[in-house]
Amino acid sequence: MIRYGKFLRRFSLFLLTLPVLVFIFFPVVWLSSASLSTQVELFAIPPHWIPQHPTFQNYLDIFFPSQAASSVPRTFAIALLNSIKIASSVTLICIILGSLAAYALVRIPFRLNRTIQIGILGTRMIPEVSLILPLFIVASSLQLINRPIVLIIAYMSFALPYAIWMMAAFFQTVPIELEDAARIDGCTRLGILRRIVMPIAVPGLISTAMFTFLLAWDEFFYALIFTSTLAAKTAPVAIAEFVGRYAVNITGMMAGGILAALPPVILGLIFQRYIVAGMTSGAVKG
Amino acid sequence: MAAVSTSPPRRHLSLRQQDARIAWLLVIPSLIVILGVTFWPIIYTFILSFFIVPTGINQVRTFVGLGNYLEMVGSRTFWETIGRTLHFTVVSVGLELVLGLAIAQLIHSHPWGWKFLRFSLIIPWAVPTIVNGAMWRWIYSADFGALNGILMQLGLIKHYVPWLSLPNLAMELVILADVWHTMPFVALILQSALATLPEELEEAAAVDGASALRRFWSIRLPLLRPAILVALIVRTVDAFRVFDIAYIITNGGPAFRTVTITYLTYLNSFAYGKQGIGAALSFIISIFSIIMAFFFIRTLYRPEETQ
Repeated sequence: MIRYGKFLRRFSLFLLTLPVLVFIFFPVVWLSSASLSTQVELFAIPPHWIPQHPTFQNYLDIFFPSQAASSVPRTFAIALLNSIKIASSVTLICIILGSLAAYALVRIPFRLNRTIQIGILGTRMIPEVSLILPLFIVASSLQLINRPIVLIIAYMSFALPYAIWMMAAFFQTVPIELEDAARIDGCTRLGILRRIVMPIAVPGLISTAMFTFLLAWDEFFYALIFTSTLAAKTAPVAIAEFVGRYAVNITGMMAGGILAALPPVILGLIFQRYIVAGMTSGAVKG
Repeated sequence: MAAVSTSPPRRHLSLRQQDARIAWLLVIPSLIVILGVTFWPIIYTFILSFFIVPTGINQVRTFVGLGNYLEMVGSRTFWETIGRTLHFTVVSVGLELVLGLAIAQLIHSHPWGWKFLRFSLIIPWAVPTIVNGAMWRWIYSADFGALNGILMQLGLIKHYVPWLSLPNLAMELVILADVWHTMPFVALILQSALATLPEELEEAAAVDGASALRRFWSIRLPLLRPAILVALIVRTVDAFRVFDIAYIITNGGPAFRTVTITYLTYLNSFAYGKQGIGAALSFIISIFSIIMAFFFIRTLYRPEETQ
């Protein structure tokens, strides 16, 4: 009898998970299916939930843009590359500068240490929109608009404080006894950072890199203001530009959207375990 | 500190001073970048908010004191926009917290497939904001949208409805899209908090005859308070400055019904050529953020843990 009740309880709970799973999966599955259909089929009424003539053409057009007739896949091919370039550069710079600063803030006592820590945490709260005008004025007078470098610099405003904060959390977990022992043996601070702290904090560095990459990949506001040509336009800007137009290759855009979503989704699923840790450290965008 | 030290002055720096020197060397590059891209611009924005700033470089700026702020505070558009932003923030964060808590509870009670459910939550969280917005814009589409498709096949509508053109519904549809994207963040935070709660308290209360609802309300919820607070603050700050998702789904329409405060700032700064007004608006957003930041730092920053 008890086992029967337990079974019933588990079964009813299982029934509750179904609507949640439908809510999570329906939008993405529909989008994926639509991206595999032709423009004609997309407009079918009633809709073809599973395309009758599935085609990878929308994806092929983006991967081999030279054959594409429409401007949508050509733009997406370049915008995706720009996104990769910009997000990787931001990640690399943040990891290098951020790990140095994070180590000093966590392990070396000096005047203003705490002030700097609080200041860095506080920048998490500054909205992008409060920084954009001065950055825009300077960028236009230096003629940096539409250059990837301006986005890389602007993205530092949220990515670097975030990376420092997150790496500081990881460096704290390195046992201080190891460092003390190394210092007694005559190792310098930089030697300790390179030979002891960094190797132990490798998982932390990887997940910080992943989060920084996601933040930069996701960013839209700066990219919208600072880029309008193919030289630096990122994937979100390309999507926003086409989505408002009427007579446009919609299934091509859907394929572009799926491709833009794939890197963060794959990274997220691989590093699932670190994500919650990153979220609770408070620095991660919700 | 050095002033208290009684040891005679040495020619070489003490180990502590050497350390401080290295610390500054390590911190300076990051500090310069952060001062350059956040602290300097926010001060500049503050100054700009007291001027009329025409678009274009080398235009003459006119000092108007609090003029920009007064113009905003006196305008109907501003208050309507604040109202819409609060509407978005309250409904969206409220839904996320309720749904997030419910899903966290569900995962915590370990039904079949709970690991898969937890795994799946990563997907909506990781989809980029703009892709998410475009996806929902297509779902709501009047020509081929999935929403129309489902409702038609269920026999609930006879013709496709232009959902996003309905003035009273547009904001709620934007909220739904935002909830899909951000609810997993709340659910995952609360679920990981639930997993660390001690079970003895609730078991003891159960033995004493407390009902399940009572145990949830009087024991579990208070224990979850810190995690709920973190989720609440992070989400409120982000929701109050929402822009991307409204921009991509509705372009602020129909008839301004989805223009939020950040959207209004964007329009003034980059479409209407009123950068001074834009600066003033962005500063109003900052003030709200600073107030939230105070609570945020107090909740998260516990110096005893840094040692």
